This record gives sequence, structure tokens and C-alpha cells, in this order.
Amino acid sequence: MTGDVVSLAATPRTGPSIRARAAYFAAGNVLFLLGAALLMTVVLAAFLAPVLAPYDPTAINFVDRLQPPSLRHLMGTTELGGDIFSQVLYGARTSLFVGALVVCVALALGVPMGLLAGYLGGAVDTGLMRIADIFLAFPPLLLPIAITAALGTGIVNAAIALAVSWFPWYARIVRGAVMRVCAELYVPAARAMGVSSLRIMLRHCLPNALGPVIVQGSLDFGYAILAAASLSFIGIGAQPPTPEWGLMAAMSRTHFIDDWWTVGFPGLAMFVTVLAVNLVGDGLRDLLDPKNEAGV
Amino acid sequence: MRREILQRLVLLVVTLLGVLTITFLLTHVLPGSPVEIMLGHQPTADQIEAARHRLGLDLPLWDQYARYLWAIGHGELGQSFLTNRPVLADIRERLMATVELTVLAMMLVILLGVPIGVLSAVRANAPTDHVVRSLTVAGVALPGFMVAMLLQMVFYGRLQWLPLQGRMTSAVLLDHPFPPATGLFLVDTLLAGDLTAFADAARHLVLPVATLTLANLPLVARTTRNLMAEVLTEDHIRTAFAYGLKRRDIYFRYALKATLIPLLTVIGLTFGYLLGGAVVAEYVFDWPGIGGYVVRAITQSDYPAAVGVTVFLASAYVTINLVIDLLYHVVDPRLRAS
Repeated sequence: MTGDVVSLAATPRTGPSIRARAAYFAAGNVLFLLGAALLMTVVLAAFLAPVLAPYDPTAINFVDRLQPPSLRHLMGTTELGGDIFSQVLYGARTSLFVGALVVCVALALGVPMGLLAGYLGGAVDTGLMRIADIFLAFPPLLLPIAITAALGTGIVNAAIALAVSWFPWYARIVRGAVMRVCAELYVPAARAMGVSSLRIMLRHCLPNALGPVIVQGSLDFGYAILAAASLSFIGIGAQPPTPEWGLMAAMSRTHFIDDWWTVGFPGLAMFVTVLAVNLVGDGLRDLLDPKNEAGV
Repeated sequence: MRREILQRLVLLVVTLLGVLTITFLLTHVLPGSPVEIMLGHQPTADQIEAARHRLGLDLPLWDQYARYLWAIGHGELGQSFLTNRPVLADIRERLMATVELTVLAMMLVILLGVPIGVLSAVRANAPTDHVVRSLTVAGVALPGFMVAMLLQMVFYGRLQWLPLQGRMTSAVLLDHPFPPATGLFLVDTLLAGDLTAFADAARHLVLPVATLTLANLPLVARTTRNLMAEVLTEDHIRTAFAYGLKRRDIYFRYALKATLIPLLTVIGLTFGYLLGGAVVAEYVFDWPGIGGYVVRAITQSDYPAAVGVTVFLASAYVTINLVIDLLYHVVDPRLRAS
């Protein structure tokens, strides 16, 4: 990038000021900003949990069992006298970790598969996509349940199970994008110039697939948190004393009708987190992938 | 058309074979032996060996795989460790409870979701649209079990309008026996002409059906809205307006029709989410369907039952999606011609 390439950065800007443009962006993306702010709060809460939490989340204290919310226990206490506020804070760590793990593993499996299928086409494409179809043939949540059961219960296994069940979506998205790109003239041109297949895939095909993949990943991050909580809720995800929102709801099942706070606060935490993630995801979609607005 | 159906059927068989293989691998290759669980507390090595032999678990893997495919091909799903009955009999007994739940929820999702989506698209960027869009974004941020518990807290705990869980009150069931004609309690009680039993069955259905409906409504409403909003910008709709056709006709006869194909896809997906959601909803509401059954089977390592129901549900899902794919041809004349 040397020589007489005009540097865009050096060109003096003539448009509206930065402040005006930021205001314009904010006005059009109120929800995105709200989501981003909420998400930042949750991430901060997760990171600062050891500092912020007034009690040990795993502590058992029968004297203080099932206390309603008060100044001493902001969100009340559980059946075992655990402080729900502390558990909710630590639960944010678990959930954010699960969301990230699911998306990363699903990307690691799905992106190479989609690249190969889209670029090579033919029998490889057919074969890989048939494999993807098989994973999509299970009703959602049933395959993760079965895989978690086979791997053994636990929150990490639950996350892996979700990733293994969901990676075909990424393979499909990447494949579609790659096929679109390969139809462009510059791909055969690059090949004619002797550029290797690997380089074409990584330099030309992959970047063009990134937009939709990022959008899907950001939305899946939220769904992964919900699905992992569901697995914990039915008893095959996180195990006590791991602080996890779905597990907290499950543990409150015998008495939540009378003691609403035992399920209300973990539920609220989950709602706020996933809502924030989805708002950010929607904002990213408008930004990166305006054509896919139908969500189909 | 016939060729198309044949192609899809072959594909269906291939997919089902894949489903069977994955289920087999999950239960046979990964660690965790069902035998110890089956035999209970601290079996001797001899007992374990005998049980493994009886179940064919000491055979080579490919042999087990062949036997497994053979058995399932003949409709043999084995015996449940927990109930000591054939898994197929267990499924048959519980299936209609799940069907009653999911079909009612599906009907509500479509009957509510599609008009809400249309309304939102017609009033694009007006207050109605904003309310609908906000609710659909918020609606997908709550997991099904939370919705279920919230409903239980309000309608059972606070208001005491509806029962907490179960399919019938046992006292009502004892006093008002009705013949199991279809397995759908709403239908059976009506056929028996027993309104008390009918009301009781209906009251028990409200919360689980509401849970499944609320969990799936946002996706359908939102998709309908977006598809509809796109169609409404097209030329033939503008022409229809210019001709002065009635608004309702334009929206429901011309615009909605054009969204049917992608909408069908989403409805097929929704059916899968309903089956998956039923697993959790049945667990929360102690509903005697196959969803709660498969959770119990999996958590308690009742693996013939787990394999049986997993294969059954996956087959049902694949078949429904095949039917939906074939419906495209009914809906879209362009596909019929080719």
C-alpha cells in the first residue's frame, strides 16, 4: 500500500462534525445503544462479581433462609440461605462464558465446513450439507439434551452440546456467502493469476461471509444463554453449587409460588442480559446485513 | 412433481439414517454404561457381564449397529429400564398428551402471530408497529421455563384461577371416567358428553399452551411483519391500491399470499421449536407427554427410552418438514409448472 495511493485518512473532512454524526447515529440506533449499555453493565457485573458480591455465592446459612429482599440481602436469600444478589452476579459470569463458548465452538466447526462446501462445490458440497441437514433434523433442544446426557452433565458439556447442535447454521450461512462471492469475476481472475485456493478462500471468500456470521453469532450468543439455562433447569446443565440462573430457577421449584424472589431475580437477570444481546445483534444486522432483515 | 416427491423421500431416508447413526453413537460409543444403572446398587462383575451379554453390549460395534438398525426398522425400540414396558407402548400412551398441547399451541401461534405481523407491517413505523416490535424482541429474551413459572405464580399463586400442573384433577378423573377414544382429553370428554371433565381438562391446558404460545409467537409475528413489509412495497400492491381495491383484500388476499412460502418455512421451524419447547414445558407442568418422558429417560440414563423417543421425535420433525416442502408446490404455481 505504498506509492501514489491517495490516503483517505489525510483528506480533510467536509461533512458534518463528528459530534453531529454521533448524534445522528444515536438518534437512529437508540435501541442498539441501550442494548450496548445494558450489555456493558452485565459484563462489568460479571467481571467485578468478586468485588461487588457482598457474600460468598456458595455459602449456606440456615439462619437466614428464604429471607425476602431487604437491605442486608438485596435480592433475598435461597432455601439454603444463600444470598441471591451474589449468586446472580456470579451467574452472569457463568452465562457469559457459556454464550461465548457456544458461539466460538460453533464458529470453529461451522466456518471451515461452510468454506469448503461453498468453495469446492460438487460432491464435497453435497456430502457436507447432507451432514449438516442431519444435525438440523433433530427438533431444537432435543439434540443438545441427548448430547449432554451422553457427555455427562455439567455446564461446559452443555455448552459443547449446544455448539455441536448449532454449527450447521454457520456452515450454511458461510456456504451461501462463499458461493455468491465465487460467482464474482475477481475470484476466477485471482485463480488465473495463480493465487492458491487456500488464499482465495481466506482472503476473498471469508471476509465476505463475515457480516452475516457476526450477526448470527451475536444473536446465538443470547439464545445459547437461554438454552444452557434450560438444560440446567431440567438438571443436566450446571450442577450445584455452580451459580447459574437456570439452576437457581430449578432449585426454587418447590417454593417459588410463595417466595417469588428466588426465581424472579435470576429470571430478570437472564431477561436483561439476553434482551441486551438481542438489541445489539439487531443493531449489527441493520449495520452489516440490511438485506437479511426478514430473518429467514 | 412425482419425481420431486421421490427425490425428497430418498433424502428423508438418508437423513433418518443419519439421525439413527448419531443417536447410536451418542449412546454406544461415548462413555457411561447403562448396565450399572440398570442393575442398581453395586452389581458384581459377573452380573454386569451377564447383563452386557443379554443386551448384546459385548458384541463388536458394527454388529451392535446392525442389530440396532434392524430392530428400529422393525419398529422395535426396546424396553424402558424405568417402566419395564416396551418403549413404543410408553410413547403410544403419552403421545396424544403432547399432540394435544403442541397442536393447540401451533394453532394459537398461527392464528395470533400472522394477524399481529400483518397489522404491524400495515402500520409500519406507527405506534402499533413499535409496540409489536418491542414485544417480539422482549418475548424471545425469556426462556420457556421462566414464562411457565411466571404464569404459575400469577394464575395459580396469586389469582388461584388455574391449576398448578398435571393434565386432570385426580378427583375429577375418578368421578368422571370417560372412554379414551382419541387420547385428546378435550375431544374425549366432549364425546362422553361430560362437561365437568371437559372444563377440568381445559383448565389444565391453559397454562402449558399459553407457555408454548408465548414462547413461539414472537418469531412468527416478527417474520410475518418483515415479509409483509417487503411485499407491501412492491409494484403489484401499489397497483392494487391505485385500482381502489379494499384494503383488507389487498392485505390478506394479495400481500399475505406472496409471503406464504417463507412463512411456511418458519412455521415448519416453529413446529420443531414447539416439540423442543414441549420437552421443557411438560417438565415444568408435570404433563404426562413424551417430552417429560424423554427428559426423565435421559436424566436417569434409561437409554432405550431416550433413544426411542429421540428417534421418534426427530422422525416426526423431518416428516413434517417434508410435508411443508411439498406444500410449496401447492402454494406456488411457478414450482408446479416446472
